[in-house]
Amino acid sequence: MPRITVDVDGTTYTDEVQPRTLLVQYLREQLGKVGTVVGCDTSNCGACTVHLDGQSVKSCSVLAVQADGHEVTTVEALSQEGRLHPLQRAFHDNHALQCGFCTPGMIMQALDLLAENPEPDDEQIREGLEGNLCRCTGYQNIVRAVRDASEQMRPGAGPAMEHSGETPAPRASSEQADARVTGGQ
Amino acid sequence: MTATPVSPSEPELGRARKRKEDARLVTGRTRWTDNMSPPGTVHLAVLRSPVAHARISSIDTSEARRMSGVHAVVTGADIAQRQGSLPCAWPVTEDMKAPDAPSMAVDSVNFAGEAVAMVAARSAAEARDALDAIDVDYEDLDVVLDIESAARDGSPLVHEELGTNRNATWTFDSVEAGTGGDVEQALRDAEVRVDRTFRQQRLIPAFMEPRSVLVDPTGEQYTVWSATQVPHILRTMIAMTLGTPEHKVRVIAPDVGGGFGGKLQVTPEEMLTFLMAEQLGRPVKWTESRSETMISGHHGRDQVQRLSLAARADGTVTGLKVDLLADMGAYLRLVSPGVPILGALMFNSIYKFDAYRFTCTNVFTNKTPTDAYRGAGRPEATFAIERMMDELAAELDMDPMEVRRRNWISHEEFPFDTIAGLTYDSGNYEAATDRAMEMFGYQQLRDEQVQRRQRGDTVQLGIGISTFTEMCGLAPSRVLGSLSYGAGGWEHSQVRVLPTGKVEVVTGTSPHGQSHVTAWSQIVSDRLGVPFEDIEVLHGDTQSSPRGLDTYGSRSLAVGGIAAVQASDKVVDKAGKIAAHMLECSEQDLDFAEGRFAVRGTDKGVGITDVALAAFTAHDLPEGVEPNLDAEASYDPENFSFPHGTHLCAAEVDTETGGVRIRSYVCVDDVGSVVNPLIVEGQVHGGLAQGIAQALYEEAIHDEDGTLTTATFADYLVPSTMDLPEFRTDRTETEATSNPLGVKGVGEAGTIASTPAVVNAVVDAIRHYGVTDVRMPCSPQRVWRALSEARSSSATEAESGGGLGSSDSDGGFATGGDR
Repeated sequence: MPRITVDVDGTTYTDEVQPRTLLVQYLREQLGKVGTVVGCDTSNCGACTVHLDGQSVKSCSVLAVQADGHEVTTVEALSQEGRLHPLQRAFHDNHALQCGFCTPGMIMQALDLLAENPEPDDEQIREGLEGNLCRCTGYQNIVRAVRDASEQMRPGAGPAMEHSGETPAPRASSEQADARVTGGQ
Repeated sequence: MTATPVSPSEPELGRARKRKEDARLVTGRTRWTDNMSPPGTVHLAVLRSPVAHARISSIDTSEARRMSGVHAVVTGADIAQRQGSLPCAWPVTEDMKAPDAPSMAVDSVNFAGEAVAMVAARSAAEARDALDAIDVDYEDLDVVLDIESAARDGSPLVHEELGTNRNATWTFDSVEAGTGGDVEQALRDAEVRVDRTFRQQRLIPAFMEPRSVLVDPTGEQYTVWSATQVPHILRTMIAMTLGTPEHKVRVIAPDVGGGFGGKLQVTPEEMLTFLMAEQLGRPVKWTESRSETMISGHHGRDQVQRLSLAARADGTVTGLKVDLLADMGAYLRLVSPGVPILGALMFNSIYKFDAYRFTCTNVFTNKTPTDAYRGAGRPEATFAIERMMDELAAELDMDPMEVRRRNWISHEEFPFDTIAGLTYDSGNYEAATDRAMEMFGYQQLRDEQVQRRQRGDTVQLGIGISTFTEMCGLAPSRVLGSLSYGAGGWEHSQVRVLPTGKVEVVTGTSPHGQSHVTAWSQIVSDRLGVPFEDIEVLHGDTQSSPRGLDTYGSRSLAVGGIAAVQASDKVVDKAGKIAAHMLECSEQDLDFAEGRFAVRGTDKGVGITDVALAAFTAHDLPEGVEPNLDAEASYDPENFSFPHGTHLCAAEVDTETGGVRIRSYVCVDDVGSVVNPLIVEGQVHGGLAQGIAQALYEEAIHDEDGTLTTATFADYLVPSTMDLPEFRTDRTETEATSNPLGVKGVGEAGTIASTPAVVNAVVDAIRHYGVTDVRMPCSPQRVWRALSEARSSSATEAESGGGLGSSDSDGGFATGGDR
C-alpha cells in the first residue's frame, strides 16, 4: 500500500493507505477527524469540503494519496484557544445552521470564498456556495452569516475590533493569503 | 401562593436567543451515528435488488464468504424465521390489506432497492467489495408502476397473496359525520362547478445526513444508535418486531442530521444491523450511501387528486368532493396508509363549505414505499384546495384573493367547527393577509401584470396566493384513536433541580435541527426563574429520557413544550412547600417570581436554589415531603393547533424558454406565541425551500422497469443557493387557546403553504394563453410545453375556456401532463 505523509490541522501523519481510499475516508476512518462528514457519493453536496493547501476541495473527490505532502485544514482547526473563528461566530449569530450536518463544509467553502473575494455581495456569496447543499435553512441565513463574517474579517475593520470581546482574530484571511503564495493545489 | 411567574425583567419567551446547539456543530465536535465506532466494530453493507419485481430463484454467497475480512454473509432465507415483519402502526381501516414486510426479501423482491443480502466485514470497503461477489438470480415478474392502472381490476398484482393492489379505501362524508350536507346535491345545485385533477409528484426527503445504525450487543442491554427522529418508537418496535424484550434494548438518537419525516421510520436496516450484532456478538455499524438513501429510504407525496368544487356565481363555495389515489409503494411502512388520510381533515382549509366528501384509495406499486415527508398529507390537501380557489376565481373572472375573503372563516367566528369535524380554536386570516398584501405590493404587481400582458412581453408576470392553515401538535390521543392510529399523542417531560440549583430538563421529543435545547431552556427558565445558561436539556436516549413519542408533525413545542411547562409548575409547587417551611409561613402567603419565593407583604424570601439545597440536605423538611424538587408530567393535548398564514409569490415566466424565476416571495405566518423568533424564522425559511422545491425542481422518477432514475443529487434537484429567492417574512400572533403558552407549531408551515403559491403564480402568468395547469415540478420544459399546447389548441378552437364551469377535458392533467 502507498505510504503518505500529510499535515492535517497542524499534526503530521504518516500512514499506509489503499490507493482507492478517498481523502474524506482517510480523515474520518484512519485519523478520527470526524468533524468532516460525507453527504453524498457524487460530489454534489459539499458536506465534506476541506482545504488542501488553503484551497477548498470536496474531500470525497480527492484520493488520500493525492494529499501526500500537502496540508489539509478541516473545520476542527478553525477555532483557537476556545474562541470561534469569525465565520463560525457568524453562523452562530445569524442562525445559519439547524441540523448542522452541512455546516463544516459550508464554513470551509465560505472561507475559501472570502479569501477570493473579501467583500462579496449577496449574489456573489450565493454563487460561491452553489456547490454546497443545505436542506434545513433555505440558505438565507447562511448568506447573511457570510456577509456578516466578511464585515468582521474585512482588513479595514481593524484589528482592535477583531480581537476584542468575543470576536476572535481574523486568522483565516492571512492564512489564506499565505497559502496562495505558497502555491495552493 | 401564585404559580404564575411575574417577571419585571425581560422574559425568555419571545427572545431571539442564539442557539446553545451551535458551539459543537460549527466546530466539528459532533456525534453523528457514523462518527462512532466502539472497539471491535464491524461494518455492514446491504445488497439491494436492481429489479422492481421478481422471484428470487437463487442466491450464491459462497465466494463472498471467503473474501478477506468478511465475518458473515446473511440472506433473507437465513433470517426468515427471526426477522419478523416491519411494523405499520396505522391500519386505517379494519379490512386494510397489508402484505408481510420482511426487513430482507426472502422469496421475492417488490421494489428496486429492497435488501436481499448483507455482509459484515472488518471495514466498510471490504463489506462492499463482498457484495459484488454475491450472485443472485431473479425471475422477473410483471412490474406495476402506474397508480391509476394499478388500482383497476385486472391489473398485474404487486402482492399476489392479497388479490388486489388496493390497500384500503377511506372515506369521510359530511352527512355521515353530521357536520354538513350532501356534496352530490351541492354539485347538482351548483351555479358554478369546477373539476380538476392534480398530480402530487413523488418526492424524496433528502435529509443531509445519510442514515446510519450502530448496534452494540456487548452490554446488558443492546445499545442502538440510529439517525432517527423516533428513538422511543424504535425501541418499542424493535421489541415488537424481533421479540427481544424491550427492557433489553436502549436506543440513542445522537446528533441527527435532518429528518423532515424521512427519519420517522422503523427501517429494515435498523432490524438487520440489530440481527447481525446479535449473531456476531460484537458492535455492528451500517452507514448508507446517498444512492441507498434515495432508493430505499421512504419517499413522500405521490397522489392523484380529483376535486370537484361547487360554488355560487358570486364566488361563495358550497361543496367540495375529493377523490384521491395514493401510492403506498411496495410495502406499508410505519404510518404510510395514514399519511394521505391526514389530508382528509384539511382539504376544506380555512373555507366554509356546506358539504364535503373525501375518499382516498391507497394503492400498492413496485416502487419504494412512501411515508411521511414534511407536512405529510397536509401539503397535498393545501395544494389542491389553493389551486381550486384560483381556478374558481378564474372561472368567475374574480380576483383570487377576493374569492378567498368571501369564503374564509372570519376572526369573529372562532372557535369554529369545520365541515371535516375539527374545531379551529383561533385565527385571524384577515390580519395576516392584510399584512402580506401590504409587504408584497399586491396592487402594483397586478398593474405590472396587466402592462406586461398588454405589451405582449416575452416575460410574463404571475401572482400566486396561498392562504393556508394546517393542524399541528399531533395530536389528542382520542383523535388518534378514532383514526385507528397505533399510539397516543401525549408527550413527557421531567425537570430535575440539582443540589447546586442547576436544572436538567428531560424531554421525550427528539430534535434533529429544531433547536429544542435552546427553546426548552427558555421555557423552563421563565417558569423556574433559573438562568437560561443554568439549564441543560436531555433528549434522544431511552435511558435518560425513558418516556416520549419523539418529533414529527410539528408536535414538539405544542405538546412536548407544554409537558415541560407542566413539569416545571410541579417543581414550583413542590419547592413552595419547602420554602414555606423554611420561611415559617403558610404556602398561601408566598409569591413566586424570578426564581424567588417571597412572603407577601414582607421582605422575607428564599431563592429556589436555596430551596433545592435544603431539599438535597434534607435536614429539616416538612412532614411527608421527599428530599428533591424533581417533577415529571405527561401531557395529552386537548386539540390540535392550527397555524395559518398568507403566502404571496410573484413569478416571472419566460414564454420563450419556459423558465420560471421567483421575483418576490412574501409570507406572513401566524404560529401563535413565539418562544424564539430566530428559530421560528429559520423553520419558515427551510419550509419554504422545500415547498418551493416541490413546485419547481424535485421529482422522484422511475423508468418503465421501475428503476429510480433520480437516485443521486446530480439527478434529484435539491435546490442550491442559486435556486431560491430571498424570502420576506413576517408574523401575526393569534394565540392558540388550547395550551398555556399559546403556541401552535411551525415546522411544516412553510412547506405546506408555499407549493401552491408558486404554482398559482406560474399558472397565473400564462393563464391568458389558455393554460389552466402545469404539472409539478414546473420545469422549463413543462411550462414551455403547457404554453405550446395551449397556443395550438386555442388556434384550432374558436374560443378557449369561457362560460361558467369547466373540467379538464380528459379527466387527466389539463396540460403539461408529461414528465
